[in-house]
Amino acid sequence: MAVLVGPHTRLLVQGLGRDGSFQASRTREYGTSMVAAVHPGRDGQKFEDVVPYFSTVARAVEQTGANTGVIFVPAPFAMDAIIEQIDAGLELVVCITEGVPVLDMVRVMAYLKGKPTRLVGSNCPGVLSPASKAKVGIIPGSIVRPGNVGVVSRSGTLTYEAIAQLVQHGMGQSTCVGIGGDPVHGTTFTDVLELFQADDETEAIVLIGEIGGVREQLAAEYIKKHVTKPVVAAIAGQSAPAGKRMGHAGAIVTGKAALASEKNKALSEAGVHVVDSPAHIGARMKEVLG
Amino acid sequence: MNIHEYQAKQILDRYGVPTPRAEVATTAAEAKEIAARIGGRVVVKAQVHAGGRGKVGGVRLVDTPAEAADVAESLIGSRLVTNQTGPAGVPVEKVMIAETLDIKKELYLSIVVDGNIGAPVVMASTEGGVEIEEVAERSPEKIFRVAGDPLIGLTTYRARDLAMALEVPPEALRSATALISNLYRVFVENDCSLVEINPLVITADHQIVALDAKINLEDDALFRHPDLAELRDSNQQDPLERRAYKSDLAYVKLDGGRVGCMVNGAGLAMATMDITKVVGADPANFLDIGGSADQERIEEAFKIIMDDDDVEIILVNLFAGIARADVVAAGIVAAAKETNAHIPMVVAMRGTNADEGLAILANSGLDITGAPDLAGAADVLRQKLLETGGNN
Repeated sequence: MAVLVGPHTRLLVQGLGRDGSFQASRTREYGTSMVAAVHPGRDGQKFEDVVPYFSTVARAVEQTGANTGVIFVPAPFAMDAIIEQIDAGLELVVCITEGVPVLDMVRVMAYLKGKPTRLVGSNCPGVLSPASKAKVGIIPGSIVRPGNVGVVSRSGTLTYEAIAQLVQHGMGQSTCVGIGGDPVHGTTFTDVLELFQADDETEAIVLIGEIGGVREQLAAEYIKKHVTKPVVAAIAGQSAPAGKRMGHAGAIVTGKAALASEKNKALSEAGVHVVDSPAHIGARMKEVLG
Repeated sequence: MNIHEYQAKQILDRYGVPTPRAEVATTAAEAKEIAARIGGRVVVKAQVHAGGRGKVGGVRLVDTPAEAADVAESLIGSRLVTNQTGPAGVPVEKVMIAETLDIKKELYLSIVVDGNIGAPVVMASTEGGVEIEEVAERSPEKIFRVAGDPLIGLTTYRARDLAMALEVPPEALRSATALISNLYRVFVENDCSLVEINPLVITADHQIVALDAKINLEDDALFRHPDLAELRDSNQQDPLERRAYKSDLAYVKLDGGRVGCMVNGAGLAMATMDITKVVGADPANFLDIGGSADQERIEEAFKIIMDDDDVEIILVNLFAGIARADVVAAGIVAAAKETNAHIPMVVAMRGTNADEGLAILANSGLDITGAPDLAGAADVLRQKLLETGGNN
């Protein structure tokens, strides 16, 4: 079994503008079961002549049995879309949108407390499980292969890089999870590590962190106590200067703990195989798995 | 987005947060008038987007209006180089003239979102006037924190708890509590990424006053604060960063590096900087061209890298998902031809239309060495750096 997504995934896509439509097409091409499209005012129409449109998430869920939602709506409306999907009772909500105001994510996280929905993102590439062809987000289906390495990352394209390195060394993925580059986000490294540790299909884990925050240190603590599977980690931003935001809202060195070197240290001490160059993720995993 | 101290003070005024009496001058004559109006000893403060002003003469105490004019004259039109600016410094176009107070105690207070607990947190210390990082290292027991509730705000009792922890005198407890509550509202209602008052002072007559004010606004939330968006002072930005901002490119100039980096995605861009370092050279910049850049934006991105005089070689690393490699390649070729650039480039392209992109580059006549992936790019870059005269 993969984590978060799988054969049970019935996907609803919210926000079918230029990027959302492009990604919805790739998702269907890949073979994912996309059952509903939500875009106000298009009721009665069908996306690519197949997937019914609805104006509201609640109506889409009621009529299609969708259990997973992915959000492409523009940043000013992302908080509303996430809350709409939580209210509709979706099991998994993945918010791809970049640039959601931090205080909106703060409010979303407070609203989410005690509710059964799991949120991934915002500002993430989403979740993909190659074996079950379940793609919820924008990770290119062409680069992944079914296999036994779980990948969890704060980045988008660096995740693709890691996946490509794994494939090059003959290793496929159980599930790839992009948790996103925003300082306040739903599912964390620790959450995904817990899922991977419990997942039969996952034999080893790649963790890709970056400067900013303390989530990598929390992951290290969790690994030390609970993770028996081998973990290979890379932390981006070793060469980043302090006080400057490196693209992602969360990627900024504001204190000692935010430094890449501190994260490397914490992970190494937890027994994680930390690579010295982001070009060595695949090779290192190959060594570790023998 | 950074704003100036005087602009931060205007925001604090709107929320009833006490600040010293102060006005802004753009000429020495204005500075003199203001100093005379305020009367007595005043402080002249250069208005720049950088900390560390005090250590390099950007904050000066003067006793007379004539002296205020002299200091303003020397500051306005100069460039201030602090430990936070880089060697080029930042231009001083305005000074703020403020009254001086009889200070009994200096405190520190700041508000940021704590990503780990997912709420704004007010952090305060009895060690005012020094860098909070230093206090955190040396005496963490002197730092106090209270969190706001995302849906309720900062309750008054928590603000009072913090004021008590700071050991403000009983006469100032009520006003300190109000000040903390009001600063919290400033933070939330204006979508700030940082509110920092250092020092926050208690005067001889038990007034609590924000002597300095630093406010950073969250760029991603400016769409709902058009009035605050206008406070942007792009003269304070590095010229290349200013151009990048206009073209919606995430670009950060790094001092002294000679390898220009052009990448899609923030994580991959950082990783590309890192491998540059691994092979023994310093990256010249962080640049994320984003997922949906058109050819025009790619051209501008390339020109920005080329206009950085430190750049001797360019490393392009593209993993095209949403982005299309052929569009990026066409943009690079067009910009290189237009600027007549003869710069060596190392290019790794994967993903959507990568073969088309590599073909466009191969047929362009430019000095391009292809690489299959990140590891390959590192090898080629190492080789190129050896050819062009060792490591820096």
